[in-house]
Amino acid sequence: MTWVNAVVQGIMLGGFYALIACGLSLMFGLMRIINLAHGDLAVLGAYLTYLLLEHWNTSPFLAILPVIPVMLLIGYVLQRVLLERSLRSGLLVPLLTTFGLSIVIQNLLDQGFSVDDRSLGAQAGSIATSSWQITSQLSIPAIGVLTLGLAIVIYGGLQIFLSKTRSGRQMRATAADPDTAELVGINSRAVYARATAIAVAIAAIGGVFLAIRSSFSPYTGPTYLIFAFEAVVIGGLGSSLWATLAGGIVLGIAQTIGGQINTEYPVLAGHIVFLAVLLTPRGGLLNLRRSTA
Amino acid sequence: MSLLELEHLELRHGLLEAVRDFSLSIAQGETIALVGANGAGKTTLLRAIAGAHRPSSGTITYDGAEVTRVAAFRRVQMGIALVPEGRRLFPGLTVEENLLVAAQPKRSGRWTVESVIEAFPMLARLRHQRASTLSGGEQQATAIGRALISNPRLLLLDEVSLGLSPRAVDDVYASLATIIQEGATILLVEQDLSRATDVAHRVVCMLEGRLVLEGASGSFTREQITDAYFGLRQAPGVDA
Repeated sequence: MTWVNAVVQGIMLGGFYALIACGLSLMFGLMRIINLAHGDLAVLGAYLTYLLLEHWNTSPFLAILPVIPVMLLIGYVLQRVLLERSLRSGLLVPLLTTFGLSIVIQNLLDQGFSVDDRSLGAQAGSIATSSWQITSQLSIPAIGVLTLGLAIVIYGGLQIFLSKTRSGRQMRATAADPDTAELVGINSRAVYARATAIAVAIAAIGGVFLAIRSSFSPYTGPTYLIFAFEAVVIGGLGSSLWATLAGGIVLGIAQTIGGQINTEYPVLAGHIVFLAVLLTPRGGLLNLRRSTA
Repeated sequence: MSLLELEHLELRHGLLEAVRDFSLSIAQGETIALVGANGAGKTTLLRAIAGAHRPSSGTITYDGAEVTRVAAFRRVQMGIALVPEGRRLFPGLTVEENLLVAAQPKRSGRWTVESVIEAFPMLARLRHQRASTLSGGEQQATAIGRALISNPRLLLLDEVSLGLSPRAVDDVYASLATIIQEGATILLVEQDLSRATDVAHRVVCMLEGRLVLEGASGSFTREQITDAYFGLRQAPGVDA
């Protein structure tokens, strides 16, 4: 039963990783940018929500709502001002740009909020701590169910957006062939900016769930960037969004099973699965090489 | 009045001069066949008119306005559409999505998803299939439909018969004949000389980036065109 419990916990943890990884996957699939500031943007979302909660006595689930449009705007401006320029200079420059952006965000947060660990768990109320006891060895935490449910809703919603709306079709066309997309009347820069806006906003939602589940500081971002990146790679770089959700869940299960074997193993077990996927012929790294050729 | 005016156009791929000092005027309603050997600069010229290749010098004037530096997607909104060489469909999108993604809300006209499928009946049963699963002829029909659906005033066709079976080429040209009759302005690149002279009012021959022969399609013998095509001797109608 303990193994069943590990798998169940892993699936819910995976939902959380998938939530963080969603925007990373979207941006990579569309523009071939690996946004190294993705984790920091998630943490920025958590801080903005934290800031709101200092003046507004409510739940973080409500406080995130006004943060979402702010993050959409930040993503849009980020693409238009910074990433668009760097994209013109090849694959390496966006990587360096987002690396720099990551450091800038961390230091600004450090200046504004100090390095103290914070958490939104207390403000989230009973949902952060309550769980359903199924058997003596299997309990299902409410926050886990909520995170996984939200991840499925967001991935599903994004899938519907991509297949049913004009803007979504433009994104898929631009992802497949940006040159031809321009030739059929698609403004690829506007498409990229819209996608980054969505990616950053979803990252912020992930950031708030991170802040509810555990503590965060200005330097928390990179840890979760790695987990998000692993989720994207395990799913298969540049393949469909659902693959990233699956990748997140595989990573989550690997970590909880690793933890079941030895309490020191969860992160290591995740990394091992990630490396194993990289070594397989369909592994993400090979996809990446093909796309740069 | 001419719909498109190219003046002293110079197009480069790095150090290579693909098109040199090229001037041409296309009247509203005219169909022009652009012929020439591989590497003569035909595709580059078409891409420059569509906005995908920025000229190093010279001007492109469309419908009275200079568009030399206007982005490709804006030119589609202005009514210029290109059927690119090799079709270049979006492989993961269905036939219908390939059409929908190119439709311009601001350019209404005769062409809609329904009328494109009417014009290319073979697409009806393929409507919800991914473009990557289509045969060459079906892909070409979709690619032409994808250009038509923006209701262009100027249609640029790059090697629409390349890689197709003779039967599929017949189908494509039958549809083109209808579009030409309806008064579209077309610039088409075609390797098959007799096909080209059949549909076009005027033939323009390029050699190593220059215009070497130009005139009404009935006014030259086949030999005159092939000589210009391969640069065998000085073609008539062009000063040395």
